[in-house]
Amino acid sequence: MVREMMKGNEAVAEAAIRAGVAAYFGYPITPQTELLEYMAKRMPELGRAFVQAESELGAINMVYGAACTGQRVMSSSSSPGVSLMMEGISYISGTELPAVLVDVMRGGPGLGNIAPAQGDYNQIVHGGGHGEYHAIVLAPASVQESVDLTVTAFDLAEKYRSVVVILTDGSIGQMMEPCEMPPFKPMKTVFPEWATNGAEGRGKRVLTSINLDPAAQEVTNFRLMRRWQEIEASEVKYKTYYMEDAKFAVTGFGSCGRLALSAVRAARAEGIKVGLIRPITVSPFPVKLFEELSHKLDALLVVEMNNGQMLEDVLLATRHQIPVEFYGRMGGVVPFPDEVLDEIRRVSKGSLDTIGHPRDRWLKRMAQKDL
Amino acid sequence: MVDYDVETETLVYERPDSLTDVSTHYCPGCTHGTAHRLIAEVLDEMQLKANTIGVASVGCSVFAYNYFDFDFVQSPHGRAPALATGIKRVLPNRTVFTYQGDGDMASIGMGEIVHAAARGENITVFFINNTNYGMTGGQMAPTTLPGQKTTSSPNGRDVESQGYPIRVAELISQLDGASYVVRRSLNDPKNIRQAKKAIRTAFEVQQRGLGFSMIEFLSICPTNWGMTPVSALKWLEEKMITYYPLGDYKVHPAIAEIKF
Repeated sequence: MVREMMKGNEAVAEAAIRAGVAAYFGYPITPQTELLEYMAKRMPELGRAFVQAESELGAINMVYGAACTGQRVMSSSSSPGVSLMMEGISYISGTELPAVLVDVMRGGPGLGNIAPAQGDYNQIVHGGGHGEYHAIVLAPASVQESVDLTVTAFDLAEKYRSVVVILTDGSIGQMMEPCEMPPFKPMKTVFPEWATNGAEGRGKRVLTSINLDPAAQEVTNFRLMRRWQEIEASEVKYKTYYMEDAKFAVTGFGSCGRLALSAVRAARAEGIKVGLIRPITVSPFPVKLFEELSHKLDALLVVEMNNGQMLEDVLLATRHQIPVEFYGRMGGVVPFPDEVLDEIRRVSKGSLDTIGHPRDRWLKRMAQKDL
Repeated sequence: MVDYDVETETLVYERPDSLTDVSTHYCPGCTHGTAHRLIAEVLDEMQLKANTIGVASVGCSVFAYNYFDFDFVQSPHGRAPALATGIKRVLPNRTVFTYQGDGDMASIGMGEIVHAAARGENITVFFINNTNYGMTGGQMAPTTLPGQKTTSSPNGRDVESQGYPIRVAELISQLDGASYVVRRSLNDPKNIRQAKKAIRTAFEVQQRGLGFSMIEFLSICPTNWGMTPVSALKWLEEKMITYYPLGDYKVHPAIAEIKF
């Protein structure tokens, strides 16, 4: 297959087209807009549906409607736009429909800025919308991985009747890298037995998220939770680097995991036995892996482009059995690998102060740097 | 259900196929039932039942899907035109309609309805204007008349602080994407007949791919208005029709040629 240079956002759009997406609904927002623009050109060419919606509310609810027909559908946005979509994500989850959403994260809170950040982790991984639901969340670290995970996202969404979010950021969305596109999948011709696509030759079907009887609603919620257990048991994905003889490990997701790898390599060159764990599914989180590592490692360093959001999941998984340190930059500031390298050196020296929360210790250290 | 023992030969009025055989949750005298029945009769006449997907909204008509006997989905508050857009864009040969109240459409869903109409989405929208939020117990809606008492305008709607009612049919008719926009009333047999004719026209418009169609139905809410059904119908005739004149606000030239 031919590898070609593609921008992250456009590569995701083309991958979705090849995965058989029948409809795309979106709204312009930087740093995601190229995805919308690519779809605006390609979808009509292929006779598939494209609508630039009046808002992210409109876009996610168009996704909701189209998903009711059993077709493969998607939207994309960036942090402030994704906040607006939370209503729809909860409804789609409550109605048990498959849908794919791409969040190209930017600096926040509020309007923030258009630089890459990871501040949506809590919003996407731990809810955001109301009620009990989980979304499957995939965090690519390169353009190629974005392409591959886009195809995976549609398959997982259908398999589990779930919302799947590709959680990426402005750097991966905007960067150009060589990548190989997947082959074209044929468009769906058979639709699931729940799809509302016209009752010709069968009884009527209804798709709704309302259930006024609390006991009946609880039955739905139990079904959602048990399905989530199944997802936790079979869909966890991560990548490890230099972990065979590692005494220390760095962990980060997406672009932050990638830049941490440069720091890990530099530390290895200095003889520090450090490895990297990069969760690919941040939801379901690789709990078991971290649990096991907490019996083997001397310490863990969590690196994120936020205030320590995945950090909480790491702390839960390691149950405070080993020292966990945190290093983060926020608001669209991307850490340099050297900053991470300094942290690796510090952690590998041992005798860590482990009193209090790692976030508090990080804030104290940052204050010493006048931050 | 009461089982009436009626000879088939003498049966002159029966439940349309497009309605399910259940009692509704609507209050006595409510005109939702009339609107449901008219839509069902037209879908039967046009043999569209198996081809239709309805979109229910949030409000009293949230359970509309229980009463229509074809595929239905239920939308978040105000977003029904967005869901209908999503459905129609992937299934352009299906008949797609939304059924929305005045709180749902004219307040929280104003963005969705205006843009669906502006895009000329080939869907049909049924808009129930009963001047209040029925489901939540009779609060002020965007359509509440000046001076009208509701639970959130207990001294009567004060236009100085609570603003003026929105005439939705007139507003939507200003959009080039809208093909058929009319206001009808469900208060008496003559108006109900005309309402049915408008429903038929709207579905014919959609069948021919002529674009966005919307019917505003002036409706009553005896329970929340605190009136008997008869006095509520009288109030509709005297107060509502004065503020919300019946008529055709937008009719695409091609519609005049439709014969049925």
